[in-house]
Amino acid sequence: MSLQRYVLKRVLVTIPILIGATMLTFGLVALTPGDPVDYIIAFQDVSPEVEQQLREQYGLDKPLFMQYLDWLAGVVQFDFGDSISNQRPVTELIMERLPYTLLMGSMAFMVTLITAIPTGIIAAYYRGSVIDQASRVFSVVGIAIPNFFLGILLLLIFASQLNIFPFLAPSSGGALTPEMAVYTLLPAITIGTGATALLMRLMRSSMIEELDKDYVTMARAKGLPERTVVNKHVLRNSLISVVTVAAIQVAFIISGSVVVEIVFSYPGIGRLLVNSVGARDFPVIQALVLLIGVAVILANLLADILYAYLDPRIRY
Amino acid sequence: MAMLEVEDLNVRFYTEDGVVKATNDLSYQIEAGERFGIVGESGAGKSVTSLSLLRLIDSPGVIESGEIRFKGQNLLELSDEEMRQIRGNEISMIFQDAETALNPAYTVGEQIAEAVRYHLDMDEEEARERSIELLEDVGIPDAAERYSDYPHQFSGGMQQRAVIAMALSCDPDLILADEPTTALDVTIEAQILTLLEEIAEKFDTAIQFITHDLGVVAEFCDRVMVMYAGHPVEIGTVEEIYYDPQHPYTVGLMSSIPRIGDDSERLQTIPGRMPDLIEMPPGCNFHPRCPYAEEICTQLSPELVDVETGQEAAPDDRNQHAAACLAHTGELAGSLDYEVTVRDELEATATDGSGTTEGEIDE
Repeated sequence: MSLQRYVLKRVLVTIPILIGATMLTFGLVALTPGDPVDYIIAFQDVSPEVEQQLREQYGLDKPLFMQYLDWLAGVVQFDFGDSISNQRPVTELIMERLPYTLLMGSMAFMVTLITAIPTGIIAAYYRGSVIDQASRVFSVVGIAIPNFFLGILLLLIFASQLNIFPFLAPSSGGALTPEMAVYTLLPAITIGTGATALLMRLMRSSMIEELDKDYVTMARAKGLPERTVVNKHVLRNSLISVVTVAAIQVAFIISGSVVVEIVFSYPGIGRLLVNSVGARDFPVIQALVLLIGVAVILANLLADILYAYLDPRIRY
Repeated sequence: MAMLEVEDLNVRFYTEDGVVKATNDLSYQIEAGERFGIVGESGAGKSVTSLSLLRLIDSPGVIESGEIRFKGQNLLELSDEEMRQIRGNEISMIFQDAETALNPAYTVGEQIAEAVRYHLDMDEEEARERSIELLEDVGIPDAAERYSDYPHQFSGGMQQRAVIAMALSCDPDLILADEPTTALDVTIEAQILTLLEEIAEKFDTAIQFITHDLGVVAEFCDRVMVMYAGHPVEIGTVEEIYYDPQHPYTVGLMSSIPRIGDDSERLQTIPGRMPDLIEMPPGCNFHPRCPYAEEICTQLSPELVDVETGQEAAPDDRNQHAAACLAHTGELAGSLDYEVTVRDELEATATDGSGTTEGEIDE
């Protein structure tokens, strides 16, 4: 089977998974106690008629299954309805925030890959060296330290004490400004640290395992330069296991963004999610949970494709 | 001057348990085009010998002393870069297990072509053509299509053929074959041996053939070195080693070949095990297992000597039959009291493929 056919097959398999994700998203939110109407009429004296009218307005009087289909019909057109708490279209709300979270997430992922992979390679190649020891210490600390604590620590050191980074997000200009990128660096590092620590160790152990294999001696016996032996032969095989875990890290980065955005008062979807949960803003919560789910599914899809690209045995 | 001259090679592995003496004062020579067999049990230092010729001994292993002269040049004095120019180009290697020696992530063709591009300075297209030719040379059908197959799409025998094609890719003068047929079944083994024979003749390549299969040696090699615990114990032509073994260990090896038509119930074995290479027995390393050992053997370490004269062996004398046993220097009171019976192939009900010598220790 060629790589193209494998990709096609894998993409087709994703479709039922996506449908399952919409069901789960809708179902889980519906299972939470209380509905938006309860929230709207809280602390107000409202007659049952008005309450009934509100439920009809949001379609909450229909059977759950019909509610799901109504919602799904909107979802496929990227229409998630209007937010209950501030009456604006959900899509608009999300699109306002999404670029920020994408910026932070991709920066976090880049920081992770750029530091974890080369350090892992060096630590494996020069086992027992200072770099190896340092990476070991970093990994232990990096995995152990909670995100919110690391975020506050970095803010204290780099924003408050050293004044290298701004304390607050720039208020205007959108996501794609240099100021915003600079501001995003600290939250990105905060989120990326755990993933970096994990991937670094994984890269190292995977690399050590591969370096011991016969094909490495064979490549050396062919007279290839050490750089080619490591970067071509060993790296590709070592990356196979790293790629899978890296994809799972995408999920951790997204979930981590919820906490980190609060710590850094970052205008992304993580904070929007927290606020919406507080407000029982069902349409927004559903849209965000689905968005996160889809992101994780796509990351896994990408990982599987990369996996098959790196290891030809997977394709058969 | 022989093409390859190994002189007093000492390889040590500095492990946590102690220093492993993998080879001890190992000296031998290989002429251009010659097929030289190295025989011994597992752990006798055979593979280490090959790897040290390419300077591929990994930490904690070190080539402690000695010289490896290839075409007169001491390989141990070359820079890493100069050494790379020799690896795969002038001296190449065939590994025991082709399946693990091939990188699963790259096509077989690419793995041949990369060495060609690197050493012969060919561009992508030329290297590809040459690699396809090589695959044809080693008997892979539809070579042009198989070029872009991955190793897992090849059978075991084909994988070994591909590894041989890699070894041949830059017309080496010496191929180090490290048990190239051990991982294969018998019919494939025969095919691969025939292929190696053809190749050695066609390209006039010398082959250092490492094996523990005495049958293969008899079939394939011109001269043989028997190794025990990192020492060479006997060197001679195939005929001498098989018809007239002069070291008790060689005799033991010979008599442990199973034979069809032999009605003994058990396999002949050499009693005991090879010594721990960290703490070797004093004197002759073989004495704990040797049926002829005397007091002197525990004290005096035998040198490799000419079995006729008892004089120190000269590595450059290719016709010399040398063995490292005190019996040949007159220091042993008794003599090596065994009888070699040669059974004619016609006499035996079936040939065992290995030859016609039977060593029997009679006590």
